[in-house]
Amino acid sequence: MNGAPAILAGRGGLFGALSDTFWRHPRLLLFLMLTPPLLWLGIIYLGSLFALLAQSFFSIDEFSGMVRREFTLKTYGELLSPSNLDIIIRTVVMAALVTAACIVIAFPVAYFAARYARGRWKAVFYLGVMLPLWSSYLVKVYAWKLILAKEGIVGWALGKLHLTWLLDAWLALPVVGGPSLSVSTTGTFIVFVYVWLPFMILPMQAALERVPGSMLEASADLGASPRQTFRTVLVPLALPGIVAGSIFTFSLTLGDYIIPQIIGNSARYIGMAVYAQQGTAGNIPLAAAFTVVPIAIMGLYLWMAKRAGAFDAL
Amino acid sequence: MTPAVSFQNVSRHFGSVRAVDGVNLDIEEGEFFAMLGPSGSGKTTCLRLIAGFEQPTGGHIKIFGETADGVPPYRRNVNTVFQDYALFPHLNVIDNVAYGLMIKGVDRATRTRRAEETLELVRLPGYGARRPGQLSGGQRQRVALARALVNEPKVLLLDEPLGALDLKLRENMQEELKSLQQTLGITFVFVTHDQGEALSMADRVAVFNEGRIIQVGEPEDIYRRPRARFVADFVGSSNVLPPDLAQAFGGPRRWASLRPEDIRIGKTGGHAATVTGASFLGAATRVACDVNGARVNVLLPSGSAVPSLGAPIRISFDAAALHPMDDAA
Repeated sequence: MNGAPAILAGRGGLFGALSDTFWRHPRLLLFLMLTPPLLWLGIIYLGSLFALLAQSFFSIDEFSGMVRREFTLKTYGELLSPSNLDIIIRTVVMAALVTAACIVIAFPVAYFAARYARGRWKAVFYLGVMLPLWSSYLVKVYAWKLILAKEGIVGWALGKLHLTWLLDAWLALPVVGGPSLSVSTTGTFIVFVYVWLPFMILPMQAALERVPGSMLEASADLGASPRQTFRTVLVPLALPGIVAGSIFTFSLTLGDYIIPQIIGNSARYIGMAVYAQQGTAGNIPLAAAFTVVPIAIMGLYLWMAKRAGAFDAL
Repeated sequence: MTPAVSFQNVSRHFGSVRAVDGVNLDIEEGEFFAMLGPSGSGKTTCLRLIAGFEQPTGGHIKIFGETADGVPPYRRNVNTVFQDYALFPHLNVIDNVAYGLMIKGVDRATRTRRAEETLELVRLPGYGARRPGQLSGGQRQRVALARALVNEPKVLLLDEPLGALDLKLRENMQEELKSLQQTLGITFVFVTHDQGEALSMADRVAVFNEGRIIQVGEPEDIYRRPRARFVADFVGSSNVLPPDLAQAFGGPRRWASLRPEDIRIGKTGGHAATVTGASFLGAATRVACDVNGARVNVLLPSGSAVPSLGAPIRISFDAAALHPMDDAA
């Protein structure tokens, strides 16, 4: 037997008292920790978003250029005018293609990182994926302008390979073509894919990491060829990661206004339209209506993904 | 008769690690075969070699007389019950069980019916619509079993299938697996580190250590007549007597094994010993004795008088109980 007491005396002081209080009332601590971020998210972030969206139900007076603060669906009607509809369709198609390309390119990378990379190779993977995110977005986009320019490295390399005719034939095509890659829709697409790729790789890798190796072995054991295993086990289990990644690539493409402005022809995208409507044109209601489009599309996309069972494995 | 599985001088080395090292083994058709050994002894690697998840770095494996060299898992008519069950979380129980049939292109109605029949066989009827996440460990194990059996494999491989279950469930499952194997007549190859499980279920047992098979035989054989010190020690914690003591006990001057339950404690006759400890095991009491500086365990049936600590006693046994072993290993 030693002389130590069974119950130790309180630490005393303000911090001692606080520790004891928080220990007895864990919800109090939770409340104190959650209040500031919830205020930030709820009032400053969502609040201003809804204030903006509410604007889309106002309209602009065509003579005075002033916003008329009465409920109307007139602005949404304007959204469906041929020129605006053209912008919306172009942007959505571009976002869908960029997302599809990101999925195809990201899968092997994410699969390798999740299944095979260990220790040092894992560090190399994370560094390789994250490094482009550390440099300025504008620097990257302008660098791509040089890469894709007529005298750029892509043109030079294709010339050395005697494939200039292939590039010329591609650029001669309508819609995707143009004077050079840096002023074509193809160029816009390439740069979008490059810039958003890390946002697809990382969630995909996280999802694949959670698939135990025995699951793939079980599939092979039950007679599935690698192709069948890919289709019936790997893709369904990676789907939450693919959906998470595509939310990033899809919504980032829908909202971007810098890449198509620097690289591409003069074709306009939703981001550019919002920028122009709320800035130069001063048409806040139409800008707000344009921002509703990506939100509605993302909501629809998530609903379809849920219907398709993308989150069943969660 | 062609053996169901035949290992011919099979090795599987991972760099300098010899996971499996020169194994020769024939598993007969219709047999319940156990691979027993401590972790890292190569037994699971042997199972994975049969399934095709690993390829041997030396030697050959034949399944029903056909060479398995370079044959991928999906072309082997062999199915596995995985240690972690590896059920597909995105499919419900019926689709999990019917997975192999779906891959083979069996139509939905037929495969659903057969999956339901197999679920009945493993005594889990009516669970088809649930997800694996909603099942208990024991139920998941039955699903894993059904998922393998529905394909009517030539050989069923079980990797520590009972390891994650609690004691009561494990005992039930042991009996069930045994009777299932007898009903179906499929060759079962079973990996375990639990000697009780191996002895109670298997027709034959291979004891593994450090990538090699130390002994193959029927459970009784392995238990009564261990060939090596490792087997005597690992299977049922027998007394392993050094050559001097074996000679003093009337045997040849070789390492010998002596089962604790074969020893009697008395006041006269036999050999002098001192009691150094006793532990109550439920059905029996294990008494540790000191004989000329060597430790000898004695198993007393429950209810018999347990001598007190430090008491001088006499121990005796039938001469046949002393089993001399190979000096090696």
